[in-house]
Amino acid sequence: MPTEEQHGIKEHSDGRFGFVPVQTRSDRFKSVNVADFAPVTGREAVWKLSPVAKFTDLTGGDLDGSVYPVESTPAADITVVWVDRDDSRIGTAGAPEERAAANAWSSFDQALAITVGGEEAKEITVTRAHLGSAPRGAHTIIEAKPFSQAVVILENVGDARLTENVEIILGESANLTVVTLQEWNDGAVHLANHFASIGRDARLKHIVVSLGGSIVRVNPSVRLAGPGSDTELLGLYFADAGQHLEQQVYVNHDAPNSRSRVTYKGALQGTGARTVWIGDVLIGRTAAGTDSYEQNRNLVLTEGTRADSIPNLEIETGDIKGAGHASATGRFDDEQLFYLQSRGITEDEARRLVVRGFLSEIVQQIGSKPLEDRLQAAIEAELRGTEEK
Amino acid sequence: MSVLEIKDLHVSVETDQGTKQILRGVDLTIKEGEIHAIMGPNGSGKSTLAYTIAGHPKYKVDSGSILLDGEEVTTMTVDQRARAGLFLAMQYPVEIPGVTVTNFLRTAKTAIDGEAPAIRTWIKDVRESMARLRMDKSFAERNVNEGFSGGEKKRNEILQLELLKPKFAILDETDSGLDVDALKIVSEGVNRAKENTGLGLLLITHYTRILRYITPDFVHVFVDGRIAEQGGPELADRLEDEGYDRFLTESNVG
Repeated sequence: MPTEEQHGIKEHSDGRFGFVPVQTRSDRFKSVNVADFAPVTGREAVWKLSPVAKFTDLTGGDLDGSVYPVESTPAADITVVWVDRDDSRIGTAGAPEERAAANAWSSFDQALAITVGGEEAKEITVTRAHLGSAPRGAHTIIEAKPFSQAVVILENVGDARLTENVEIILGESANLTVVTLQEWNDGAVHLANHFASIGRDARLKHIVVSLGGSIVRVNPSVRLAGPGSDTELLGLYFADAGQHLEQQVYVNHDAPNSRSRVTYKGALQGTGARTVWIGDVLIGRTAAGTDSYEQNRNLVLTEGTRADSIPNLEIETGDIKGAGHASATGRFDDEQLFYLQSRGITEDEARRLVVRGFLSEIVQQIGSKPLEDRLQAAIEAELRGTEEK
Repeated sequence: MSVLEIKDLHVSVETDQGTKQILRGVDLTIKEGEIHAIMGPNGSGKSTLAYTIAGHPKYKVDSGSILLDGEEVTTMTVDQRARAGLFLAMQYPVEIPGVTVTNFLRTAKTAIDGEAPAIRTWIKDVRESMARLRMDKSFAERNVNEGFSGGEKKRNEILQLELLKPKFAILDETDSGLDVDALKIVSEGVNRAKENTGLGLLLITHYTRILRYITPDFVHVFVDGRIAEQGGPELADRLEDEGYDRFLTESNVG
């Protein structure tokens, strides 16, 4: 066993006057009560790369926690209903680690519960299009019963100033895909925390697609709770001028023989386009036989953008199959453009070719052909939109 | 019969020290089916000529013209030149993230021809060309030039030359950095392309090595931004023995 000194848990002699850093991701403070968190300064680890001054209403103010209009496509064996705060599932997948999430948790009147049963494959799209521009808090539960399987698409469009928590609960051997699609209007602000808990031999594919909105921050936090549980976390984002798109991914290997793959890819185009990706993987003491890999790739298309990419890997047991991470941020530059043009390809087509190729790795894994086609079209529209400006 | 004519070409670049003139009146005519070698010391402007023909934005044409079958090339965009039938095999091909070789080749072929190639024959053509250039099948699914060795990048350039079938190709120091086996494979590819399509070639090289495998019809010696001497293949042999010293003492080295 390493000593406390080796871990750095004990106070260091570097003159930080009693400050003991949080070393383990799972030791972060958690609470569902907003009053337990100090006001946000922007210096907190969880906020330091976010424009916190632009959403003080969500981290500190009163939120509208009432129910809102939801549309969903019909699907056998899936129910979509509002449930009370005392629903037994609430709080079983995780708890807030920061103030905006706690504020949402303290504020919601009822939670939207999407419950998947039945063993046949099926797909549902749940759309939120009328959240309005007043600050709002929300809570969603997605439960996949044991042995069930489904693709659940959460579609977010229109205006929003929203902070929310989404709990995703997978029973034994369930096979669930959750796609959260952010195609908000230009001014929208969306702060989301997704907490997933995956049971024995269950599999979660979780895909974050962020294209529209002013500030969009979706932080998935997945606990591989049962032996043999498996998760694939995918992300795709395209930041235009002035857009802030962020994702803090956390995978907690908390059972033997669990597997995780994290792949996030983003493109940045236009002055002030900003993306943040933080990927934390914790392989706990109980997680023998873990197989884990995380990666983030960013493609910078123009000057004046910024992409932060921070992978962190924490390993508490030596008995694992594999663990690795990779991060790369590359440019599409004038020489690449020249090369493609010198083969007869026009400038617009060259740009599209590169972005399409780069992002399609994620799109192709979604597993819903209509959605894949729609996303390809949305990416094309993103590219055209900036060409016109 | 296609002709590429370069007439009294003057080209400059912007540097931190101001405008620098590089080409000082180049005259050169290449006909379809001819192989011209341009040889010369480092810094003589050989690569500038190559990139100017292809239309790289860094190089400014101050005067003179480049005509492809009578059409002025210098006013065309880079992609228009390629579609008109010009091809540049680059000395340092760049990596294109996110674009596989397969996807890239098909997109380029479609752009050049103005229509998508017939799928079955196209796949066969690509596969055969790759096999002849000793490129492993796995290249097709790799991103363009990403993680390719120097020799693999050059083969990938010649693969494009074979498949895109230009009227005129400029090979910019394609021989540099190749071991003798790779040099032979690449040279065979070039010869094959010429045999199949009858294209005209402008072969830019510092060394005579590649000329053992690709026989030029004409050799031009490039010094200080213009052609200092021209002749047949025998001129290359003389350069092999004597080097470029004879030319350098006659001109301003700067």
